[in-house]
Amino acid sequence: MRRVVITGIGVVSPIGIGAEAFWRKLLDKQMGVRRIASFDPSGFGAQVGGEVPDFKIAQEVPKSYRKATKVMSRDIELAVLAAKDAFASAKLRSKADAEADGGAMDFEPSRFGCNIGAGLISAELNELTYAFDQARRGPGSDQIDWGKWGREGMQQLTPLWMLKYLPNMLASHVTIIHGLTGPSNNITSAEASGHLSIGEAFRTIQRGDADYAIAGSAESKVNPMGLMRQQLLGRLSATSNDHPAEAVRPFDAAAAGTAVAEGGALLILEELETAKRRGATVYAELAGFAARQDPHDPVLPEPDGRSYAAACRAALMEAGVGPEDVDAVVPHGLGIPSHDSSELFGLRSVFGDDLKRPVMCPIKAQIGSPAAGCAIDVAVAGLIVHTGKYPATVNTRNGSINVATEVREGQPQVVLTAIYGLGGQNAALVLRKV
Amino acid sequence: MHRVVITGTGWVTPMGHDIETVWRRLLAGESGIGRTDLFEADSFPTSISAQVRDYHFARFVDEAIFEGVSRNTQFALGASAQAWRQAELDAAGVDPERIGIYLGSGEAALDYEAYTTAALAAWDGEKRQINAPRWAQRASALMDAVREHEQEPNMPLCHVARLIGARGPAFNCLTACAASCQAIGEATEILRRGDADVMIGGGAHSMIHPFGVTGFNRLTALSTMNDDPPAASRPFDNTRGGFVLGEGAGMVILETLDHARQRGATILAEVMGYGSTADAFRITDQHPTGDGATAAMREALTDAGLRPQDIDYINAHGTGTRENDGNETVSIKTVFGEHAAKVPISSIKSMMGHLIAAAGAVELITCVLAIRDQILPPTMNLHHPDPECDLDYVPNKARKAPVNTAMSNSFGFGGQNDTIIVRRWSA
Repeated sequence: MRRVVITGIGVVSPIGIGAEAFWRKLLDKQMGVRRIASFDPSGFGAQVGGEVPDFKIAQEVPKSYRKATKVMSRDIELAVLAAKDAFASAKLRSKADAEADGGAMDFEPSRFGCNIGAGLISAELNELTYAFDQARRGPGSDQIDWGKWGREGMQQLTPLWMLKYLPNMLASHVTIIHGLTGPSNNITSAEASGHLSIGEAFRTIQRGDADYAIAGSAESKVNPMGLMRQQLLGRLSATSNDHPAEAVRPFDAAAAGTAVAEGGALLILEELETAKRRGATVYAELAGFAARQDPHDPVLPEPDGRSYAAACRAALMEAGVGPEDVDAVVPHGLGIPSHDSSELFGLRSVFGDDLKRPVMCPIKAQIGSPAAGCAIDVAVAGLIVHTGKYPATVNTRNGSINVATEVREGQPQVVLTAIYGLGGQNAALVLRKV
Repeated sequence: MHRVVITGTGWVTPMGHDIETVWRRLLAGESGIGRTDLFEADSFPTSISAQVRDYHFARFVDEAIFEGVSRNTQFALGASAQAWRQAELDAAGVDPERIGIYLGSGEAALDYEAYTTAALAAWDGEKRQINAPRWAQRASALMDAVREHEQEPNMPLCHVARLIGARGPAFNCLTACAASCQAIGEATEILRRGDADVMIGGGAHSMIHPFGVTGFNRLTALSTMNDDPPAASRPFDNTRGGFVLGEGAGMVILETLDHARQRGATILAEVMGYGSTADAFRITDQHPTGDGATAAMREALTDAGLRPQDIDYINAHGTGTRENDGNETVSIKTVFGEHAAKVPISSIKSMMGHLIAAAGAVELITCVLAIRDQILPPTMNLHHPDPECDLDYVPNKARKAPVNTAMSNSFGFGGQNDTIIVRRWSA
């Protein structure tokens, strides 16, 4: 079986753009959950979230591609930004570099796959409502006249309107910009999308359908519709509007819900021998992957974390290691009490009493929950293996797991990251030092 | 590597809600296209579609367990229940962790009345923007938590898992019009590796709602032949003017050959090969010489260990847009060379419209049925030959033909291309 390594990491997060800035600020315990600034959140129960610092997407793409940024929703922008960072980190020249300086690409396009997970992308409300307003039933009415909409209203929308919101467009733009024609997929399995995408891309390289892949996920839920949907499901912490940094408390007794966020991560995966030949920096080996479905409930994870645990066990088995070999765990750690409890049950069934030993590294207190963008957790696992540093755990006091308020160092050989998503898809990945 | 076979099929389509009815109507060249009445569509540039009619998912599953599910999920449950029944699988006899699901389902319709009302109530015409606090107040009163949540594209998968009790590897992919073809291809890979014994593969989708039609109308991708619905979808015809939206679901039960044999299952076909590529060209257009589609077909052939002349039938993506049908023809000629003129090709979208994410699964099932009955469904409405489309598209009438091996193509908006090859089962 061909071995697969991570040779590039790209991250876009509320605490920084670029994996380097993200990691530095994560270790520096910076808090990315703040009062929402991109719209007035005062009518919502929860008014805090993790927003990515300002950027101008047109400046982040090749000149010839600037026009296409007009049809990029926020989610697409985040993926395009993360991809740029990932290629730079891997020191791989893609089509974007080749076009910029007339030089060559570093790889054969058909051997490079792409698998980017995405969420249910929210349409931009102002653009849409301006058009609705042209089809209002009458002055003072809040109802739309669909007859008027069909005749006139819809004409207000740009012809390419829908293409901003198709979830496969994250992958489409990235493949076009970087010239990737290998196996291409787009997983839409809520929070599990990133782990599943990376796992599936891992398989395409293992079985020889590609030598490289860019894989991960991105999403933004920091918009009125994204926030409303999470509020309706009762998933958000609404008691910390005055002190946002305390809002998300993974595995903490005072946890009261999570916070919406935006962000994502894309990894460059590469077949081991290919990476060695070009002298690539290897962050970690992707040693195991497993996915399991939780058929318990459309919204809530099963209380005993059975499927989550099953995914962890199967991924460890593929990696040829046992729970006792795991040095650190990057869990989902959403900060929703019933969810955290399920996750801890799952972890306990894998690790038993040994659960107190591996370093636990939940990061959502600092960045919020980027929903389908949770590939950031996998980036964290890779950076732990690469740097030997364990991020501090902010807002978590829990004597049953190994958390610390300060950054620690070690020689991690094996790191497990696992996730569950709304709708029941669970996934686990095992990363190993090469 | 395990061999992978199909042991169950099910679909809910604009032409009926069970395998035999739909198949009979496809062979008769009937049409599922008519006036759209799922919403007030009369003034839209396109007011026709292929709707699923008179469908009650309670016929297939216990409605009480699936309260509040979307139209997509209702289709998915009906199709899955059919496929499961045909496969004669007993969940009690299989370790639930060895039953996985890979769907390519789409997002469900927005709650469009609540959505537009909240937006209009909060519109500040002077500032040309939403007053967010007012929007939040209206939206929280008008919108329903379950209805919002059920729009997520992975919810059909969630409910199919609940129906079957499946606990194995589970994924939803949404590569636009290629999604459910891709899902079945990737499910095959999971079985080949031995990561599951049984996979449910397929997809469900409906975009017959105001924003779906708006989106496609703005792209000018839809036929506007509103006066003659059965004639509106005209794949490969020189007067073709866009596709017709359909809706529904298609599901197959895939198993490792070993597992199917052990339990004495009736094998419907073997999955021989799968190819997946990206155009990496433009978000709005397919590659003009069909490079991505060509590569997908070639990969599927290589994966299957077959030559072009081994293919007896191609179920085309064949949407009825100017662009797709011309490019697909070019790709087929590139891949098949001299054999291109000899291999019959047809598009059932001429009859049931384009089921978007669900199209690939329904079309693969069509290939399985063509192999079973040794007959090819026609491409209807093909009366004006297009000089660019000069292959054998089985025009207007079903045809008896020896079919051992069939290829199904699905190409997505945004450039994802998927091809699957299935073959008549023989030990």
